[in-house]
Amino acid sequence: MYRRLIFTCVIAVGIVLHVLSLGAWAKGEYLSQTAFLDQAFAGIQPAARVCWLNDRDKETALDIFSHRYAGLRVRYWQAKEKTAWIVDEIGKTRPITIGVVVTPERKIERVRILAFRESRGWEVRYPAFTRQFVGVSAVSPGTELDTSIDGVTGATLSVKAVKRVARFALYLHERCTSDI
Amino acid sequence: MLKANEYSMTGKKYLMILTGLLCLPGVASAVTMDEVMAIIKAQQAEIDALKKQLGKTEEKVEQTADAVESVAAGTEGMAKVAQWAEKTHIGGYGEIHYNDKKNGNTDQIDAHRFVLFVEHEFTDDVRFFSEVELEHSLAGEGKEGEVELEQAYIEWDYAENHSASIGQFLIPIGILNETHEPDTFYGVERNAVEKNIIPATWWEAGAMLHGQIAPGLSYNLAVHSGLETPVSGSKAFKIRDGRQKVAEAKAEEFAYTGRLKYTGIPGTEIALTYHHQEDIAQGMGMDDASADLIESHVTWQHGPFGLRALYAMWDIDGDDAEAIGRDEQEGWYVEPSYRISPRWGLFARYSEWDNNAGNSADTEVEQIDFGVNFWLVENVVLKMDWADQRNGDGDALNLGVGWSF
Repeated sequence: MYRRLIFTCVIAVGIVLHVLSLGAWAKGEYLSQTAFLDQAFAGIQPAARVCWLNDRDKETALDIFSHRYAGLRVRYWQAKEKTAWIVDEIGKTRPITIGVVVTPERKIERVRILAFRESRGWEVRYPAFTRQFVGVSAVSPGTELDTSIDGVTGATLSVKAVKRVARFALYLHERCTSDI
Repeated sequence: MLKANEYSMTGKKYLMILTGLLCLPGVASAVTMDEVMAIIKAQQAEIDALKKQLGKTEEKVEQTADAVESVAAGTEGMAKVAQWAEKTHIGGYGEIHYNDKKNGNTDQIDAHRFVLFVEHEFTDDVRFFSEVELEHSLAGEGKEGEVELEQAYIEWDYAENHSASIGQFLIPIGILNETHEPDTFYGVERNAVEKNIIPATWWEAGAMLHGQIAPGLSYNLAVHSGLETPVSGSKAFKIRDGRQKVAEAKAEEFAYTGRLKYTGIPGTEIALTYHHQEDIAQGMGMDDASADLIESHVTWQHGPFGLRALYAMWDIDGDDAEAIGRDEQEGWYVEPSYRISPRWGLFARYSEWDNNAGNSADTEVEQIDFGVNFWLVENVVLKMDWADQRNGDGDALNLGVGWSF
């Protein structure tokens, strides 16, 4: 009984300290769009462009995401053939906001998690995971990534969501920049 | 933006101005009629291109309008339903097995598990999670199976990176206890060490704090209901038979679980769990049987290569358990695997476990498994494996199909 009392007290005190010390929390917003674009384009943010999705694009999106892409167009940023994309994709139940920068050589320069809204799988935001995407390309536009990405135990669905968005960004880079 | 007819008008204006200029002295000789016609043709081509571009723009605006209208057409009632549906999620998993048993045991085919999850988000920070399972197809008096409520808890994100779960939840221990969808592990049956020693699947009711304390380093701290093992007969102090499953469970003595887990390296998980039970017999033994469980595991996945290794050990106090050699119960396994392709994977597993490790007799069971998984799609798997036991009669050829969604 004595040990039970101590354990319960520790938990209660822990909760109170957390609530008092941390206050309100900006849940899961790790990086603003502006900060992401500043990083991507060395502080000189280009004007946003719009890529309208045609039927083939929608089919490719369906193939990549296994669901329809919710939108008729995708907003992106481009400077000297380098593009940046910000796409929402659901991990388990809530959308993860993922930023991807693609180089003129059609390789991923960086992946960043801008916002994560679920209670599990947040490990995908750490550089140890996202740096695996640097230099990764697609076997061909819209197909699988050409490099194996190691998962994170307990974050399987989030990992898959980030990989899907990386594939989509590589496809859009190819399609939308060549269409200009 | 100028409309097409405005461009046309602009072209006519240019023509009139050019004609006027031609009438001026000295200009006619400088600009010939052919040059004027070339300019007019170029302008016409530009007008045509602009018209084409305008047509495309109008088409896109139409598509946008269609999309906006389809959303706006939804009634208020539909909007409420959509809002509810957005916050409520249904999932599940299941597996059906065929066991071609050796050593004279009867072959079996079994709808081993059929599970449904329901999750609802009340707010961004408060959510409900539940899991209901039907085991072995039929439940009821004299039937083989059970209907089980495995999870039903409220999760509250009370601070950044920290949450509390209150209700009935899975104990944070082992590799399979919390993540056991069939498409996430090798082998038709769950491994015998986690089944007999931990004992997976293991759930209790209580309160749990969990969150991350450093990048990749997370913790769980829980106070919850405990086991109630029999104190006599062949199942005395056998861990797996102590699960009360929160069914009017005796709560004379509580239990506590703490875990540290590191997942900061992609593909790697290292975890250590300590569990303490005030009295594993809930006061039914001759003396207090407080018990401690230590479990540690590593999982590693790099490219096609995978490795899982786990060790778990119980130490039970009291003369009752010691008298029958069940004061110590332990087991471990190691499982290398190789993913031949995104669809095919091979594995082998070596396991040892002993629920009577406190005695001097040779009661340790060894098992070697090897087999193959074939993922039909990402979340649907066909499995086949061979299990070979020493000091046990669990040799079998197993086939299975599993899914999750």
